[in-house]
Amino acid sequence: MKILVAVKRVIDYNVKPRIKSDHSDVDLTNVKMAMNPFCEIAVEEAVRLKEQGVATEIVVVTIGPKASQEQLRTALALGVDRAIHIQTDEQVQPLDVAKLLKGVATEESPQLIILGKQSIDGDNNQTGQMLAALMGVAQGTFASEVVVKDNKVAVTREIDGGLQTVELTLPAVVTTDLRLNEPRYASLPNIMKAKKKSLEVKQPADYGVTIKAHVKTLKVDPPAERSGGIKVDSVATLVDKLKTEAKVI
Amino acid sequence: MTILVCAEHGDNELKPSTLNTLAAAQKIGGEIHLLVAGHNIDAIATAGAKIQGVSQVIKADHESLAHQLPEPLGALVADVGQAYEHILVSSSTIGKNFLPRVAALLDVGMMSDVMQVIDTKTYVRPIYAGNALATVESLDTKHLMTIRATGFDPVAAEGGSAEIKELSVNAQDFGSSFVKEDLAESDRPELTAAKVVISGGRGMQNGENFALLEGIADKLGAAIGASRAAVDAGFVPNDYQVGQTGKIVAPDLYIAVGISGAIQHLAGMKDSKVIVAINKDEEAPIFQIADYGLVADLFEALPQLEAAL
Repeated sequence: MKILVAVKRVIDYNVKPRIKSDHSDVDLTNVKMAMNPFCEIAVEEAVRLKEQGVATEIVVVTIGPKASQEQLRTALALGVDRAIHIQTDEQVQPLDVAKLLKGVATEESPQLIILGKQSIDGDNNQTGQMLAALMGVAQGTFASEVVVKDNKVAVTREIDGGLQTVELTLPAVVTTDLRLNEPRYASLPNIMKAKKKSLEVKQPADYGVTIKAHVKTLKVDPPAERSGGIKVDSVATLVDKLKTEAKVI
Repeated sequence: MTILVCAEHGDNELKPSTLNTLAAAQKIGGEIHLLVAGHNIDAIATAGAKIQGVSQVIKADHESLAHQLPEPLGALVADVGQAYEHILVSSSTIGKNFLPRVAALLDVGMMSDVMQVIDTKTYVRPIYAGNALATVESLDTKHLMTIRATGFDPVAAEGGSAEIKELSVNAQDFGSSFVKEDLAESDRPELTAAKVVISGGRGMQNGENFALLEGIADKLGAAIGASRAAVDAGFVPNDYQVGQTGKIVAPDLYIAVGISGAIQHLAGMKDSKVIVAINKDEEAPIFQIADYGLVADLFEALPQLEAAL
């Protein structure tokens, strides 16, 4: 079984985003970038499925500027077999990402496609679902457990208030939630080996997709600053303030 | 211009977040139709028809919609939605699951977690885990969005008298089937819906000590949360996690206990109306955003707090 994993290069999750002075966007100049945390979990899951003998080949794909190849090399060092880079400097929105991934899936015919549930920059949480709809296949989003059996996959999903398990006929799309696994780190020998693995560079046009904005960002503002309040000296004062001043209890 | 709102429901009742989503629809302006899709949903459709401002309820009752799986639900909403310019749903795990499918089927974009309506095409939504707010304009002919309930005060659940229109649904095989659901057996509210949340961090020292939060949570009707540090340390399961990579909450009262206040955590709770921090380190960053800070040993403060409530 072949698995396709999609990853995205985003701001490192430990970095606090700064907004550009003209409020046009978040400033990513000289900011540490990394693989989106949910995508790391997607890569890890694919690698584990290969280690279990369920998967035979893992292909990773990313869409973005040349620098995104760093994240592809990371995925290769983690155990992915080969990489596809759809190179573009444009901002690609979820619908077009889904269309491009559908193009890759048409060429590669994977049985399982694993993506992060969302990227921590745009926070859209749309791409996996859109891809599944475009392909006309079933989806298991926000996965905390993935079990492949015969031509089906059982996906346990994190839903409001608990867990839900669905069974999907393959091919299917799975998006990862945090509890699915704990990603490993790449070892130095594997990082060296990854440099020799295949990395194919493509253009959006190769898949017949013209990048188009559906949602235009007019401006980006910081959220309202919370000013610190007061310190109280005892539990009694705290309870009193909550009752009489804040009126929340 | 007519707006389609997809009702959020479960356990045979309409979820309150539907009322917040309807409030967002009213801000956009126009006639509002409410789609109730599921199985054995008579009571929900009836409740929907009573909501103020709803002019029509569209009831789609079919066993294939029983668990609101995204494949049949997405296909249904894409079909019904052809007649509408706006399609809105709560940003719950159900709404987030099916609406992107609708967008893809209609070949339009979508806006997630809308927290403010500027005009019929312009909205505000959080990006970078709420560390930035983007004002975005939808460029498509249809505007699809999930609505973050905390951004809108609910409309009145009573006072309306909409007609209920039944829609016939055809069964189709989408390759997905429901197996089971394990909902947390708790009398406590869900984290994302609770009016009060009390969370513990690494300062709790171990999982057993979370019992200290339970008595307080019981008295306040609060949900219990945790910081990523507490989850990573194995004190509590991951679904307790409040933060950038966990759940985003905005209750009336948020009590952070033994939580230092990493960016990761703040991103998940800083929109709470009132924040209380209890921490023995007076330099902890959480105090910079807390309305009320108590510098104290939590093992002394928590029993006192429980007793005082």
